[in-house]
Amino acid sequence: MSAALAVQWNWSLDGWIIATGVVCAMACAVLGNFLLLKRMSMMGDAISHSVLPGIAVAFLVAGTRNEWIMFAGAVAAGVATALLVQWLHRSGGVEEGAAMGVTLTALFAVGLVILVRAAREVHLDADCVLYGNLEFVPLDTLSLGPVAVPRVFVSLAVVFVLDLLFVLLFYKELKVASFDPQLATAVGINANLMHYLLLAMVAMTTVASFEAVGSILVLAMLIVPPATANLLTDRLGIMIGLSLVAAAVAAGAGHAGAVALPPLIGFPATNTAGMMAVASGALFAVALVAAPRHGLVAQGYRRAALTLRVAGEDILGLLFRLEEMAGDRGGALNARSFREALDAGPLLVALACARLRRQGHLARREQGYALTDAGREVGRTIIRSHRLWETFLVEKLRLATDHVHGTATRLEHVTDPGLRRALEASVGEPERDPQGKRIP
Amino acid sequence: MTLIETLSPIPTTAGAAAPLAAALEGWLRVVLLQDHNTRVVVTGTAILGAASGVVGCFLLLRRRALIGDVISHASLPGIAGAFIAAVALERGGIAKSLPVLLAGATATGALGVGVVLLIRNLTRLKEDAALAITLGVFFGAGVAGLGFVQQMETAQAAGLESFIYGQTAAMLERDALLIAGSALVAIVAALLLVKELTLICFDPGFAEAQGWPVRLLDSSLMALAVLVTVVGLQAVGLILMVAFLIIPAAGARFWSERLGAVLGIAAVLGAASGAGGTMVSALAPRLPAGAVIVLAATALFLVSLFAGPVRGLIPEGVRRLRLSRLVARQHVLRAMYEAAEARLPAPESGEPGPALEPAVLRRRRAFSPGRLRRELKRLARAGLAERAGGAWRLTPAGLDAARRVVRNHRLWELYLIHYADVAPSHVDRGADDVEHVLGEQLVRELERSTEATAPVPPSPHRVETTGEAA
Repeated sequence: MSAALAVQWNWSLDGWIIATGVVCAMACAVLGNFLLLKRMSMMGDAISHSVLPGIAVAFLVAGTRNEWIMFAGAVAAGVATALLVQWLHRSGGVEEGAAMGVTLTALFAVGLVILVRAAREVHLDADCVLYGNLEFVPLDTLSLGPVAVPRVFVSLAVVFVLDLLFVLLFYKELKVASFDPQLATAVGINANLMHYLLLAMVAMTTVASFEAVGSILVLAMLIVPPATANLLTDRLGIMIGLSLVAAAVAAGAGHAGAVALPPLIGFPATNTAGMMAVASGALFAVALVAAPRHGLVAQGYRRAALTLRVAGEDILGLLFRLEEMAGDRGGALNARSFREALDAGPLLVALACARLRRQGHLARREQGYALTDAGREVGRTIIRSHRLWETFLVEKLRLATDHVHGTATRLEHVTDPGLRRALEASVGEPERDPQGKRIP
Repeated sequence: MTLIETLSPIPTTAGAAAPLAAALEGWLRVVLLQDHNTRVVVTGTAILGAASGVVGCFLLLRRRALIGDVISHASLPGIAGAFIAAVALERGGIAKSLPVLLAGATATGALGVGVVLLIRNLTRLKEDAALAITLGVFFGAGVAGLGFVQQMETAQAAGLESFIYGQTAAMLERDALLIAGSALVAIVAALLLVKELTLICFDPGFAEAQGWPVRLLDSSLMALAVLVTVVGLQAVGLILMVAFLIIPAAGARFWSERLGAVLGIAAVLGAASGAGGTMVSALAPRLPAGAVIVLAATALFLVSLFAGPVRGLIPEGVRRLRLSRLVARQHVLRAMYEAAEARLPAPESGEPGPALEPAVLRRRRAFSPGRLRRELKRLARAGLAERAGGAWRLTPAGLDAARRVVRNHRLWELYLIHYADVAPSHVDRGADDVEHVLGEQLVRELERSTEATAPVPPSPHRVETTGEAA
């Protein structure tokens, strides 16, 4: 296949593509953290669409293809978008999402029409607007001293440094304004100014990233790495650091994927910017599943562990009550009775019993399971908590005696020794609970 | 290649000066729908616009306006995937047929909605982040997929790009039939479910408590959105399809407070922007059709925003202006009454009030000279005041009007003193704000509860009046 040539890895080309992708992704991600925290992720979408008319108008007015004028036009368009959205929302009473939708589609349409028509037969490259041209980046170079550096890489690197400086200089202000705009205003930080400065930086970064990843994929670079980092940590500084790492990994993996994966299914290569977005999505999916505290696995594990502990405590309480009624120490029940009494599935009961035996709370007898001395102590504590709660609910909160069992059943599992002592002090160490049962 | 280069002008190809008569004739042909092809396309986009307007209203009320954005972007990987799958299965012939591509678009569009809900419900990330993540990643996958398609040795692959910007004019009759059919299905379904959808939009908690299957209804609303979006892709393109779902619905809310009317108006706005935009783009084939349709919708939205009778900016401004004029007129009337209170003629005597210098009135209240003159002239036009040399006086009708205003003011002052325990020296300002909006019934209530029997009760605090000096 003739395109096989393009597949061969070439560091002088692929190295620059990756480097450009990495600075682009990191420049977007560092700002995206604050968009995410301010719950304005879709504002990134609106701005990435509206820089198009900004560029078009700047081109029309200035009549030149000077980069700085286009930069200025794009930043002006970005800030204008934010103002328009806010105006439609505040003065027009349009819901915020809809205000964004109206603004971004209208401005994008205006930009398309200007580019296609009013600019007198200007040719619009649809591919460039949407997907960027990361693959062609190494072909357009500037010579900085002895080395030839791609022009786009230089502008993205400058923008990344500016973004980083912006975040470092205004870290405290951005943090307060993102989490609590009222507090920011109260301590003398102009939250509104920070808001528009941030959006102006986003617009500038968007237009610089335009050539590399295209307008819509900027959104993925803005939001997905910070969202990934957000699932991994609760601290803002670490979140920003992790989002930069995620962005860089996504960019590198994206290009590798675009070049290396397609040959496996018989294609030469595909669009790097698209694969960068896919790679960042894959990183996000991994974080979503496997994040230490907020991941689905961790959440599921915590929930399962809680269910298991509650089931175990219910079993011990059940056996304790049985002994109490029968008056002997040899009371035993089999797994089937546990299932019926707890209304639980066989797996849960089997796991709970195994756990209790491992902890030495339960012993196996001929008729089934019975309490060990340690298990009896735990069961006693559970039942004691239960009956103390019932007493408390009836005597202190004046609930009906026949309405407190369910509440006490839930509370008995979350009662630690300190709470139990407070409870004893509150109800005055009674002998019996409201139903006349002895409090063990 | 850089963006800057892509903006460089390409030489003008056609000699632009077509004879005017021919242009006019072409224009008429389009507007009167004489061409069969135009008729087909205009009808198709109009019905699509109506359906998106109706579905969009519910999305807007459910605060899910931007879900349309996600659906349309998320459909791109489906389109590319369906094409690649059809070619891989040696079915190149059907690869570009609309139903196959739309099936793929539906699958990934619906998947996108599912992913948004999943991220929102399972993580601490908020809805906006869920939308942005899904939109960005799915679109990236679509772009990567198109990267494959472009390298396929199939000449047909070129057409897929039309899904991004839309290619209204290329719509075939069977495509239009498919679009119109699906859109009609969406409209009928939305109308059949109107009660249930209204309920989940306005009060999902109540709907749940009443035993309605909220999740199922929510899913049906999303399904309708996916249906409308997917069939609209070809007409307006995926980037701008979202405009069809948002703009007519957002515009319709300026015309009515009643949901039924809003739905109807949104359908009309959507249909008008679809039809109008299509006609314009038929006349100017070089313009991207999707963009023209969006601009037509935006124009109608702007009209609604400014002129809509319910919350439109102009009617709202007029209402505000009227109120501020009423307030100003009543302030002048009260100032003229109180300035000369001690030497006013008896109520039924038919005599005009004493003449007052504008400077006297300005001492009572911070009127600017111009403002006061304007208000006095307005009072004169209404027959409530008249010139008396360089001064002004109230006519008998003006005296009656002023008496009513002063009475309202003082009744409210008395009420504040008796029932809200406000000091007499502090009630003037509070009554100032309220006196203009007291209705007839409220005034009678006030009279009863403050036991004020005089036609104009005496002021509870000191009022400077030139009558005392005279």
